Amino acid sequence: MTLISRVSHLTKNKFSDSNYDHPKIFIVGSPNVGKSVIFNSLTGSYVIVSNYPGTTVEVSRGTARIGDIQYEVIDTPGMYSLASISEEESVARKILLKENPDILLNVVDSKNLQKMLALTLQLIEANLRIILILNMYDEAEKAGLKIDSKFLEDKLGIRVIKTVAVTGQGMDKLREEISSSVKPKNNVTESLRVQYGEPLEFFVKTLEELISKNYGLSKRSIALLLLQRDAEIHELIQESEPENYTKLCEVIEKAEVRYSYPLNYVIALRRRQAGAKIANSVIISSKLAKPSLSDKISNAMINPITGFPILFFVLYFGIYQFVGVLGAQLIVEFLEEEIFGKIVNPLATSLVVNIIPFKILQELFIGDYGIITLGIRYAVSIILPIVTLFFFVFAFLEDTGYLPRLALLMDRVFKKIGLSGRAVIPMTLGFGCDTMATIVTRTLETNKERIIATMLLALAIPCSAQLGVIFAILSGNPIAILIWATTIILVFLIIGFLTSKVVTGEPPSFFIELPPIRIPKLKNVLVKTYTRMEWYFIEVFPIFILASVVIWIGQILGVFDLAVMLLSYPVQWIGLPAEASVAFLFGFFRRDYGAAGLFDLHSSGLLSGNSMLVATVTLTLFLPCIAQLFINIKERGIKTAIAMALFIFPFAFLVGFLLNNLLNLAGILI
Amino acid sequence: MTNLSDESEEILERLWIIGKEKEEICTLKKLDLTENDDGLKELQNLKLINLKVGKLELTTTGLKEATNVIRRHRLAERLLTDIIDASKDFLEEAACKFEHGLRRGVDDNICVLLGHPRLCPHGKPIPRGKCCLDEIHQTPGIISKLSGMIAGQEGDVAHLQTKDSKKLQRMISMGILPGTRIKMIQTFPTYVFQLELSQVAVDKEIADEIYLRLINSRASKIEKKKGIWMPGRHRFRRGLR
Repeated sequence: MTLISRVSHLTKNKFSDSNYDHPKIFIVGSPNVGKSVIFNSLTGSYVIVSNYPGTTVEVSRGTARIGDIQYEVIDTPGMYSLASISEEESVARKILLKENPDILLNVVDSKNLQKMLALTLQLIEANLRIILILNMYDEAEKAGLKIDSKFLEDKLGIRVIKTVAVTGQGMDKLREEISSSVKPKNNVTESLRVQYGEPLEFFVKTLEELISKNYGLSKRSIALLLLQRDAEIHELIQESEPENYTKLCEVIEKAEVRYSYPLNYVIALRRRQAGAKIANSVIISSKLAKPSLSDKISNAMINPITGFPILFFVLYFGIYQFVGVLGAQLIVEFLEEEIFGKIVNPLATSLVVNIIPFKILQELFIGDYGIITLGIRYAVSIILPIVTLFFFVFAFLEDTGYLPRLALLMDRVFKKIGLSGRAVIPMTLGFGCDTMATIVTRTLETNKERIIATMLLALAIPCSAQLGVIFAILSGNPIAILIWATTIILVFLIIGFLTSKVVTGEPPSFFIELPPIRIPKLKNVLVKTYTRMEWYFIEVFPIFILASVVIWIGQILGVFDLAVMLLSYPVQWIGLPAEASVAFLFGFFRRDYGAAGLFDLHSSGLLSGNSMLVATVTLTLFLPCIAQLFINIKERGIKTAIAMALFIFPFAFLVGFLLNNLLNLAGILI
Repeated sequence: MTNLSDESEEILERLWIIGKEKEEICTLKKLDLTENDDGLKELQNLKLINLKVGKLELTTTGLKEATNVIRRHRLAERLLTDIIDASKDFLEEAACKFEHGLRRGVDDNICVLLGHPRLCPHGKPIPRGKCCLDEIHQTPGIISKLSGMIAGQEGDVAHLQTKDSKKLQRMISMGILPGTRIKMIQTFPTYVFQLELSQVAVDKEIADEIYLRLINSRASKIEKKKGIWMPGRHRFRRGLR
């Protein structure tokens, strides 16, 4: 505890008095190193997850009280390098450039220190004040690794703390470190910096001298990013100092000629070598541990012979039994019948009737399409339980490390439809909520992949609410379920294949790091589920209310009757009663609305056998809910989104038409 | 046609680079030669080039010969970097000497040994030889693509051959760099390998771009004994026999 840090503590103390200017703690690091666990542990439950402006990459912000100071804590998206490739990396860097962190926590996976130090060295190079967190230290020890953190501190000139964030180990020490000084002690001297060797160093210095403005990162760091041809940094410099830009480019071109490999390769290589040298000197022992149980489980998951049965097992118990049966059937039934049917609806009806004298206004709140009796009821009793359970399963699988292994298994199949295995994550999420999944397509690397994935989500991936109702309708009829599933899978593959031929762009590549298999901590899974639920509810709940209002207005103006009348033609072509057109129209507001509408028709005996099957297939493929359409427009642009909608609308009916006739031709009666 | 002088080979090489790679018209001036140059005369006598009003052109046989010279030169560079680990300053000069020594037939052997590389250390394409075309039937060399390895085999990354600089950057940040030790875990449905203490999965396209210096070359024996996965199209081939 030096005097200087004490003084800086005192001067910075004004932060604790002001509500708006809290010191900022940023958490940065590669994906899968436990950033969000550290974030949650520091902040507790006061968390705002929001999209970074102009993007849909999620950034979590929260506050933490450490000692007597209130801090703002920001969990940045995963980044491998300051030179950005993915949208996440670009957002993480923007945050670093613009928001001026007071303390930067660089979280690394202890057992991969060698590799991870490359980013740390870049952050040091950028003159950011960092505390290095050797997280998951227990896993490193298990693998036979010991790290001399004192020596590492000397080597890097920054503070180093060992933690096991999931169990909270080392977190107190981290808090102490944070509160001991608002700015961590840094004594990075020139000799500790990565040297890139001549002639590169010469070009770096030349560039540094040419750059005239400050960008939040050191000039050396900006110079290196320019040399690496980082598009965004080039744009930034071109905009803010156009007078120097041409000169800068000349220097960069000169540098490029001097090397036979691309400069980003040369720079990354040097940095990695520097990192490896440091890591090797601070790692005390490294013996190869025997394959542990988690290794064996991992091997079983990725070997196709055992992997596919495991996948089936996960889908059957995790999704079908847990979400489908427990959520969509038992809990939904209980909420629908016991809570809403017997308590909420009657209560709301009597209240509204007593307060509002006009029948038309009454219908806005109660009755068949009322805000309370339809909008809120659907949102709370159907969507809430199903989606909550799904997000729970998803968070659980995420924390075990299963998802990257699933991606690996599916890569070959997905390549056939122009996607990489990575797309498994939004696709699986689509079974929970297509809207959220459409947002998550951002994690895919190419635009082509994003378009294909969005198309397939919109067309062929039923969301959990819809699945629940479909299973309820078709339950007790395994052949119908089989035909439904086969049709949807065929459509998924054929349309995926065709879309991949139509959309231009580079074929996707697949590249993923497998985190070790871990047993998830219940608390962490619950926190994740809760944050997602909260987000989902805030986004979706208003749309339910809105849908009720729109239907109410539509009813008054008679627009709906017209639309229902128009829709009744295609509906009848596919062999359904005209009444089903109501379900389809509402299906546009939310797919599960439509499905629930079918359920009512089914219950009243209007739909049965073949037409029931045809209706569920058509409705599954039919235009996704209005929320998904909005997000689709936002993500893919209005042209692409409208083109997709214009394709899906007739296509859903075409498939229904074909299926109906095929069943009739083959003489199949269900 | 294998007894060309070093000078003539040098001319062929430059003609090929100017004519084929840069797609420019080649003149005597560009080559800095006079009509009376011995090498030039030799090539004209062998009908490998045509000289018309100061413009030089490769004949059909000349083009074949020149492609071969380029191939030998770039293979020599690869050999010197990957196996002999020659320093960069020394590379160009040594490759020139070396290439003249590699006559046809020998170059194919070197190509096999190096795992049929597609790019020279400077990132320029290496013309494909006959051996590259029926690559599948080749015995494994010392250098192999990641996609050519089998489960259990180990190797050190020799070089990365991708032109896509973003991909290259991604590979580096994931830790795939010259000198890193890799152990193959499985090859189907995707390639999964151990890299230091973590595991990485990549698809065939990326696995084709990573070249390694193999460590336990006994692997081919393991393959025969157990009949385990063979990469490429002919999986289980040996096992079924």
